[in-house]
Order: sequence, then structure tokens, then C-alpha cells
Amino acid sequence: MSKSQPTPAHHVVHGEWHVRYNYPVGEVGARFFDALKEKRIVATRCSASGITYLPPRAYCERSFAPCDGFVDAGSEGTIEAATVVSAAFDNLPAPPYAIAYVRLDGVSTAMVNFVRGMDLADVPAAAARLKPGTRVRVEFVDVPQGRITDFHYVLS
Amino acid sequence: MKAQSVAVIGVGQTAFRSRHDEKTYPELAQEAVVLALQDCKLQPEQIDAVVFSMAPTTFMGVADADKWAVDYAWARGKPFMRVHTGGATGGSALQAAYSHVACGQYGTVLVVGADRITETPDAQFVLNLIWDAFYEQDFALNTVTMTALATQRYMHKYGTTEAQYANVVVRARRNALNNPSAHLKGAIDIDAVLNSPRISWPYKLFDICPRSAGAAAVVVTTEALARERCTRPAFITGTSGVSNTVFMGDRMGPDAETDFADFSELKQAARECYRQAGITDLNRQVQAVEIYDPFSSFQFPQLESLGFCASGTAQRLSDEGAFDMDGSLAVNPSGGTLCTNPIGVTGLVRAAEAARQVMGRSAAMQVKDVHNVVATAIGGSTQFFTVTMLSDEPRRAAAAA
Repeated sequence: MSKSQPTPAHHVVHGEWHVRYNYPVGEVGARFFDALKEKRIVATRCSASGITYLPPRAYCERSFAPCDGFVDAGSEGTIEAATVVSAAFDNLPAPPYAIAYVRLDGVSTAMVNFVRGMDLADVPAAAARLKPGTRVRVEFVDVPQGRITDFHYVLS
Repeated sequence: MKAQSVAVIGVGQTAFRSRHDEKTYPELAQEAVVLALQDCKLQPEQIDAVVFSMAPTTFMGVADADKWAVDYAWARGKPFMRVHTGGATGGSALQAAYSHVACGQYGTVLVVGADRITETPDAQFVLNLIWDAFYEQDFALNTVTMTALATQRYMHKYGTTEAQYANVVVRARRNALNNPSAHLKGAIDIDAVLNSPRISWPYKLFDICPRSAGAAAVVVTTEALARERCTRPAFITGTSGVSNTVFMGDRMGPDAETDFADFSELKQAARECYRQAGITDLNRQVQAVEIYDPFSSFQFPQLESLGFCASGTAQRLSDEGAFDMDGSLAVNPSGGTLCTNPIGVTGLVRAAEAARQVMGRSAAMQVKDVHNVVATAIGGSTQFFTVTMLSDEPRRAAAAA
């Protein structure tokens, strides 16, 4: 601001955060991410409740008992909810993209990921192809890194 | 434990708009404190404890900005706590203040908060950070996409159309014309909503709340003091909260206990709230609601899970005008969250507007012959739910009725 002019109340001071984090994946996560490297998706299972979880959980939220088994999820599944994003949000992926919660075969819960390989130009038409009940399959990247981004869904 | 009666005797809210550049964040909170104290003619020294209603502080760029606001809320020398349950924050903060008074520990408690969502252009990035870093953050989840997912599921279940959601927006903006504090307001038609830019199926721009800045405050106290200070206090006769897992995918499919599409957690919260308040014939006893609706799709599942109508029927009732100001249930006379969303105080504004209806102080927004009004708040990964009943009679009378 110039010295000769009084500073107005709406004068803005700029700020910015630079914050870094290091997250350990934990024992359950380590099993899950190791399986991804082999192009497998492993869920945790609670024998007391019969619930199979993705993302994997250490404890069952229904029985309060530790999940006592790992099982391979199916490579196909069913859409439970989906959306097609056509607008840009600052600092998030560039549109368009489709997101879906998919319940993989043999698993009780749904897991979120992108649905790729679709024409998203016509949003209502694309959304109509992603209705709950629609079948999809898991497609892995060529060289998995042990990250959740190692796979996505495609329409079956 | 026998709880003593608790009433709202004063409310204050600033105007809500994109920016309040004439004030800093804590100065904005202070403005609401001044207005609330003026409303009930109390001095700062007559407040025994302060509850601060504040959601993610990353919007402000000052970590845990509640501490910044302590002296501005005149809380020095008093017990002070911040409550944070995302979008449900205001509902939870009021629940904490209620408990402070109901248990007899404090006589008069101030709930206050402020928010400034446009202080950062990265608001939806900040909101993405509420999800699990290993399994969910990578997939562009934010409050828009999260609720778009729930809405697509709801539409599939009940055959809801985009036009039916657009009609909710038209009603909200029309109601907000009567609300001097509302951020968005105006006479628009269904086509204006349908023709606004697509954001995330099925949402267009007008299906989505604005990012608001503003502050709100509420003063709650004992029945004895309320009778002295207020000709028509708004008694908090029911207050409940239900939380659920952060993982939305646990709430879908045949093994799920609740359905993400229906906000069915609210059934449990409502049952407890109505039990406390002695509500036995909901549609006869409740004349208005102030429900948390940052998106056009939030009214139908809430009205259904709160028990005002059967699952899948709210859309037809809405089309028929049942939720208009002159309908069978006035839904969000203030214009609701669709027109104004300062996240950390939005739930508090719902309760404040509900209280003003009961107190007969809603001016152009006033619904006739009000006895009970329901306020809700929803937050986190659509995982925190609060239901509050504001009534013209204290609980013991309401429960006996």
C-alpha cells in the first residue's frame, strides 16, 4: 500500500500453508497394499458377524471383534452409487471423471474409485450407464506400486 | 438423572454473504455475540460458559481459530470449549450448551461461531482431506461429489427427477426473500436451475449452496431465568445425535444397517428427540422445520427419515406444495442451507431460526401458530446427524401432552 493512501478495511494479506505428512499404513493396510502389488484386492472378514470389509478393517464395527480373516475380493462388482463430474474444483483432478462406489463380489461393503474408459461428454447419458446395479470390473495398471491408485473400475 | 428445562432466550446472526472484508474472523464472531446479547438484554458478565461452534479451521488458515476468538467472545475467565462435527457442528455445539445448563453446572451459556469459506479458493480441496488418506482421498471426494453420489442412489431408488430437485431450489430462494440475513435469494424458475452449469451429476450450480461468510450466536439458560428475560422463550425439549462410519461404502448394499441414500441415521436420532420432547403425533404437533440442506437433494430423505412422510413420497408432496410456507409443513422458511452455508455455524443458524419461529420473532418468515419446530444438522462424511426440538412449552409439559 502506498503511504499516502490510508489502508482500506478490505485490504488483503496473502497466506499459504506448506505442510507435509508421513502416514504409516498399519498392519492391515500393509497386507492390502502388498496384495495390490500382485494385482489382488484383499478384504478383511469377521467370522462372528459374517461381514467382509473393503477398505479392510482391523475390527468389525458390527461384532466389535477383531476381523480374523483375509479373503480375496472378486475382480468384478456392482455399482452402488456413482456420479459424473464435469466442473473443475481447485486443487482436485481435472474434469471430466466418473466416481463410483462398487461392491466387489464376495464383499459386504462398497469401495470408491474412478470408472475409466467411458465417454463422459454427455453427462446425463454417462450417468445413465452408471446406475446402481450396473456391473463393472477391476482393471489394474501395468506396474502396481502398492497404492490405492493401482486400479480403477471399467464397465463390464 | 433428571435434567432441568433449558430455553433459548436470545439469537444473533450477521448478514451472510461471500465476504465480510470489513472485519477479521474473530471480529465477525464478536458481531454475532453482540447481537445475541442485545436480543436477550444480557451483559457479557452474565454468561457463565461459552461453547464455540467451529468446523474445519483450514478455511481460515489459522489452526484452531477458536482460540483466536476467545477474548472476542468475551470468554476470558470462563469455561470455553470448541465443538466440531463438520456440517453438524452447530447442532452439536447447541447440544453441548444444552447439557451444560440441563445438568445444572452452568446457568447461562453462549454458543457462538463464525465461518468464512471463501477465505481460501481451495475449499473443496480442504473438504477432500476429511477422508481416509489411504483408500479414499485420491478419488476427488468432496462435499459436492459425496452428496451427488448419495443423490444418484436416491434417484435410482425412488425415481426422483432433476426437475423435482429444481423445485426445491425455487422454493428455497423464494423463502429466502423474507430473510434479511440470507446469502442467495430471489424469484427463479425451474428452468433457471435446470439450465445452470452442470457440476456433478445430478447437480447443476443452483442445486448447490453458496460458500458463505458470517457468524451466529445463541444464548441458552434455565427456565427460571428464561421466564424473567423472555416473554416467549424457545425451550429445547429434545436434542439427539447419531454418528456413523466415515466409510460411505459401508452404508450401501444388502448387508448395510443404514442406507446412504436415505440418511436413515436420522430415524434413530429423531426417535430419541421425539421421545424426549413427548412428540406422539408429529405432523400435528410440528408446524415447521429448519433442516440442513446444502444441496437440493437433502430435503426429501430428511423429511422421510424424520417421519414427516413415507420413504419416496416427499418428492410428490414437494411438487404439490405441501412444504411451501402455506403448506402442511413449512420447510425452511429462512431459505435454508441451500441459500446460506457458513459451514461451522450453519447448524446453529438452523436452531436459531427454529427458536425465532417459536419465539414469534421471525417477522416476514413467521409461520402461524407455531408450537414445535425441528432443526437438524448433518456433517462429516454425511456421518454426523443432530436433531433438535424447539418448543413453546418446557419438556415436562410437552412430554405429558
